[in-house]
Amino acid sequence: MQRMDRTALAARVARDIPEGAYVNLGIGAPTLVGNFLPRDKDVFLQSENGLLGMGPAPAEADIDWDLINAGKQPVTLLAGGAYFHHGDSFAMMRGGHIDICVLGAFQVSVHGDLANWHTGEPDAIPAVGGAMDLAVGARQVFVMMDLLTKSGASKLVEACSYPLTGLACVSRVYSDLGVFSVGQSGAKVIEMVEGMTLDRLRELTGIALEMA
Amino acid sequence: MINKIVETMRDAVADLRDGASIMISGFGEAGVPHELIEAVIAHGASDLTIISNNAGSGESGIAALIKEGRIRKVICSYPRMAASHHFERSYRAGELELELVPQGNLAARIEAAGAGLGAVFTPTGYGTLLAEGKETREINGRHYVLEYPIHADFALVKARAADRWGNLVYRKVARNFGPIMAMAARTTIVQVSEVVELGALDPEVIITPGIFVNRVVPTMPLSLA
Repeated sequence: MQRMDRTALAARVARDIPEGAYVNLGIGAPTLVGNFLPRDKDVFLQSENGLLGMGPAPAEADIDWDLINAGKQPVTLLAGGAYFHHGDSFAMMRGGHIDICVLGAFQVSVHGDLANWHTGEPDAIPAVGGAMDLAVGARQVFVMMDLLTKSGASKLVEACSYPLTGLACVSRVYSDLGVFSVGQSGAKVIEMVEGMTLDRLRELTGIALEMA
Repeated sequence: MINKIVETMRDAVADLRDGASIMISGFGEAGVPHELIEAVIAHGASDLTIISNNAGSGESGIAALIKEGRIRKVICSYPRMAASHHFERSYRAGELELELVPQGNLAARIEAAGAGLGAVFTPTGYGTLLAEGKETREINGRHYVLEYPIHADFALVKARAADRWGNLVYRKVARNFGPIMAMAARTTIVQVSEVVELGALDPEVIITPGIFVNRVVPTMPLSLA
């Protein structure tokens, strides 16, 4: 069976982002998606800290700490890019102006509930950032994650056990073992990696999956 | 003649009092008014409520205020960062209170305060732990949470340039919370790297009009600038 690594998965997500889309890429693995957007097409990357038309990382000599992304890494601004304050930035999300956001997750439910901000451990320092605003505001929420935890538990679940980030907000899950749609009518398999079967996916997730 | 330029950081924060609420601009390190925060530390005010996106990292800025035991409460969206050890220690020891607010709700509540709104209904956080116990309403089939404005006694903001009327322009994403915090606080104090003559800032590109600004302090002495 050919499991997809993070790079291959990022390339797979990038294929579903059309030209002209306004897109927010979450911290961590979703940031890699930016590396696979075709250079000859205009896709507008938004960063919650006040930047539209975000470009790739700068050369060492060109690093400017007043030009960073949500993960606090140095970035660049494309010609035609713009800066704005936090009120406008989150109006872009909440107001439905962002077409797609790509986020990581601890769990996603078959109905599209998302848990990605808190493990629920009493000792954990809670931090939410912009995750809840993106989950609720973006027109489509794509999740990028491994299908299973290190101990083999499915992260695609009937109902999330971790604290929720948003209700019924995720439309697609891109995982190392396959791509799923989630929502009102439950979870469906859009595609599987080579060597995977529907039965095996049902076994791994414990969910009565069907092909889309 | 109105001149909002104050010569020293110390003079700019002289009327701080114990128990004050202070908004501090910045996202990560971009836009953090470090020199003004240094002045707050030197001033000695304590029992402060800090409203900011993060809760400091390393040894300076908000982290230094926490280390010095000056903060009673932090209202922020993301206190957990690389090197946020002063926050973590103080929080775990029960020495400071945390009100965790989703980043967009933080912005909306600050904007509501600046715009004179009584509250806002926001979709963010509905059905989550961060909306527990809060009033909700369904409007046109969508669920909203009632969130109240966040006011503050002071806002400490970093901008790039100002004139003596307090008109501001910022630099790149160091703008972040600056413009909306400047609107929400009773007294807004701004540190800038450049003071310019009236009329030197293009009125078409002024981001914060001077009505929202009370004091401007250059980070370099005027005679050297």
